[in-house]
Amino acid sequence: MTTYVLRRIGVGVGLVLLVLTLIFLALHLVPGDPAMLLLSQGDGGSATPEAVARVREQLGLDEPLLTQYWQFLSGALTGDLGESFRNGQAVSEAIGERLPRTLELVGLATLIAVVVGVPWGALAARKGGWFDSVTSVLTSIGVALPVFVFGSLLVLLFSLRLGLLPAGGFTEWGDDPGRHAQLLIMPAIALAVGFASTVARMTRSAVLEMLHQDWVRTARSLGLSRRTVFRKYVLRNSLNPVVTTVGIGVGTLLGSTVLVEKVFSYPGLSSLLVDAVTARDYPVVQGVVITIAVLFVSINIIVDVLYGVLDPRVRR
Amino acid sequence: MRRRLAHALTPLRLAALVYVGLMLLVLVAAPLLAPADPLAQDVANRLAGPGGAHLLGTDELGRDILSRIVYGARVELLIALGATVVSMLLGTLLGLLGGYFGGIVEVITMRVVVDVLLAFPPIILVLLAVTLRGPGTGTLIVAMGVLFAPTFARIAYGQVISVKRLEFVEAATAFGAPTRTRLFGVILPNISAPLIVQVSLTIATAILLESGLSYLGLGVVPPTPSWGSMVAQGQRYLSSDPHVLLVPGAFVVLTILAFGLVGDALRSGLDPKSRSNR
Repeated sequence: MTTYVLRRIGVGVGLVLLVLTLIFLALHLVPGDPAMLLLSQGDGGSATPEAVARVREQLGLDEPLLTQYWQFLSGALTGDLGESFRNGQAVSEAIGERLPRTLELVGLATLIAVVVGVPWGALAARKGGWFDSVTSVLTSIGVALPVFVFGSLLVLLFSLRLGLLPAGGFTEWGDDPGRHAQLLIMPAIALAVGFASTVARMTRSAVLEMLHQDWVRTARSLGLSRRTVFRKYVLRNSLNPVVTTVGIGVGTLLGSTVLVEKVFSYPGLSSLLVDAVTARDYPVVQGVVITIAVLFVSINIIVDVLYGVLDPRVRR
Repeated sequence: MRRRLAHALTPLRLAALVYVGLMLLVLVAAPLLAPADPLAQDVANRLAGPGGAHLLGTDELGRDILSRIVYGARVELLIALGATVVSMLLGTLLGLLGGYFGGIVEVITMRVVVDVLLAFPPIILVLLAVTLRGPGTGTLIVAMGVLFAPTFARIAYGQVISVKRLEFVEAATAFGAPTRTRLFGVILPNISAPLIVQVSLTIATAILLESGLSYLGLGVVPPTPSWGSMVAQGQRYLSSDPHVLLVPGAFVVLTILAFGLVGDALRSGLDPKSRSNR
């Protein structure tokens, strides 16, 4: 087991290095001078030579490529991600402030998706009939529903028409826990809908496949009730592919928060990213992209390890 | 064959196919189909509801929403189809090479390129590209094309692995067919079915992603109408005139759903497992 975990972590570290290399190269592979590109606001007006020189200096573009690469890597690995073009704030500091809020949102959405999706999918597989058909239609819509459309519908219904929840914003937990929770619930649901649909579909097909296994028939013929076989054996054996789906889904949520945070004016990591992209504040964009990619890779490692715990065959 | 077709085409999927056909018609004939100029402002009829002179109402500048939907569909599909073609070509090539040659080629194509691209949530990598190049159709097609390539690569790779030792490939080798012919003339036609299914699903994903970017104001550049930016606009009038948001929102959902359903139909039609129906 230890070897398996270590090997998996080794692969993850390698992947993080490659990801950092790709992000570093992105700035240099794009045709044209990066400093000029970042300063042109798409209006065709050319930047002053002083501004270009300043950007070149801030990004360290005057150094030889290998020196730049080394500085970039050592910076990223020690948490020094440079400073914002706009306000000179350290990028790591801005991320440190925003990241917990986004993680809280993603965590809650994942919880909702799993708690709703797994029983729903399992029930659809077991009951079949009309319940299964309705599930199939609803999950198809759930997967196709963009979070920004669904989020807006939630605002329209619960904030504007029913007046039950605030339409958006953020309050620190320490300031007002009640309002903090109120502001979290709609973004989390908006984020969870597509994810819950995917989880339900995956659970359904995994359970269906298990129900047709020979050992299910054997267990029944040994006199175990349908209920016991389902609860103790079928469900547990169906969970492996579901764990993978959840792992991939959490990573995707890290991307979807970009849209949800915009709908609900939620000041998390993603809205920091979108503001930075709009202002073409490259150091901030780069820092957030690195953070999200590292999180994404870490989640995948955790999922693989979990997979190994659940299914001893994987470890070999 | 006919029974297989009937099996693949449920009424819902048929409706989806018709809808996709209409969308493709819009792609080539938007100016003929739109009732008005998508940028013309009918100020007297600002925020008019659906029905009346403007079938789907007008936005806050009095622009005809149906016409904006039609022109928006054109941009939306152009980007989605463009990105899908790029990713199909790139991904299939990566998967073919990796699967056929193995060894170091496989490490570079499948481990380095594909796994690194998959280490990002999709929207994040596109945002990086947009920061560097600025928003616009070309940036989106290329960035999304690269981004979706891994899915095609993985499918092609798996397929190549499963057919490359089969007799018909060995036979081509024995007859002295050069590597290029074996790859593109013998293997590719035999592994194309799952790739074709993936095309429809990728179009749906691309529309989902593009509309999201336009919603953020980082996709298609205004004044070109796009569904995502129409939803963003509509948010400001959500309490008084929800149709400004609901109409484009509904089209985004319907279109994604339709391409997904067509993908399902293609899968049941092309999947070798359902070939026993013949």
